[in-house]
Amino acid sequence: MKADTHSLQPAHDAHPADGHGEHHAGGSRESYLIGFGLSVILTAIPFWLVMSGALGDKQLTGLAITVLAAIQIVVHMVYFLHMNTRSEGGWTMMALIFTIIMVVIGLTGTLWVMHHLNVNMMPGHDMSTMQ
Amino acid sequence: MTLAVVPPQNSEPVFYVVDEHEHPEGASTMLGFWIYLMSDCLMFAMLFATFGVLGGNYAAGPAPKDLFDLPLVAVNTSMLLLSSITYGFAMLAMEKSRVGAMQAWLVITGLFGLAFISIELFEFAHMIHEGATPQRSAFLSSFFTLVGTHGLHVTFGLVWLVTLMVQVARYGLIEANRRRLMCLSMFWHFLDVVWIGVFTFVYLMGMLR
Repeated sequence: MKADTHSLQPAHDAHPADGHGEHHAGGSRESYLIGFGLSVILTAIPFWLVMSGALGDKQLTGLAITVLAAIQIVVHMVYFLHMNTRSEGGWTMMALIFTIIMVVIGLTGTLWVMHHLNVNMMPGHDMSTMQ
Repeated sequence: MTLAVVPPQNSEPVFYVVDEHEHPEGASTMLGFWIYLMSDCLMFAMLFATFGVLGGNYAAGPAPKDLFDLPLVAVNTSMLLLSSITYGFAMLAMEKSRVGAMQAWLVITGLFGLAFISIELFEFAHMIHEGATPQRSAFLSSFFTLVGTHGLHVTFGLVWLVTLMVQVARYGLIEANRRRLMCLSMFWHFLDVVWIGVFTFVYLMGMLR
């Protein structure tokens, strides 16, 4: 254990070999294989859904593959990137939460505003009334 | 140096360390690299937003259904997924300080990455040959920007991978090389996360349009 364990880092976070953070050192063969197995399943299902059209309804299929993608992203974060609330004294999680908030604001804001622009400024839309 | 400050109302002195305490080399690299990845994530999010806005504007040109070959995308996806797990095995070998096994896994990872890039370039060449160039429509401009940026990241990841393999061969698994390999590990798995978004929202959703 290092002499200068930060007050931010819990003491059990320090390893003799590499003392800082464990979000990179946390994997075992089993956890990688579990993550890989889940990823294969979560990739195969959406491809199958779209290629076979098993659900019939396009909107339902779109919703299903969005949910599956979200789950797969979490699986990758946990099993491959070893994301947890403890590594680096919680600051990686803080940065991730901040980024997710920014991404949600940016994505929904863009799609929302541009959709309305698209709908309201379509050429030919209500042009007859504007003469 | 330690400063002792005695608060007026309190008999207990409070101690503050005013000296800069020593940080071991590279102690903050992982957090710094994570924050870089987060900023990269924001960039990809905006490229996704651009594609989300422009992805339906075909300008009477080819639509996703005319261009995308889902079995090929599935093969491409599995290449990247396999390269993720083999990089994971390389990291496990590194933790046990088995240099030979680690280098072997890194070679396999590199080959999967190379296969991914080759398939993607083949797909791009095929599309461009059919006249579906980035200039053709807003859909294709945003498609090539988003997917191309991801491919460029993977390409730079491959360059980085080869560089680190040479470094390890030359200097062994020293502390600095371990740190660099961990950074590349995060980069590589992050690119796989971005690809989940690409195959879901560009390719699969494109076929549903």
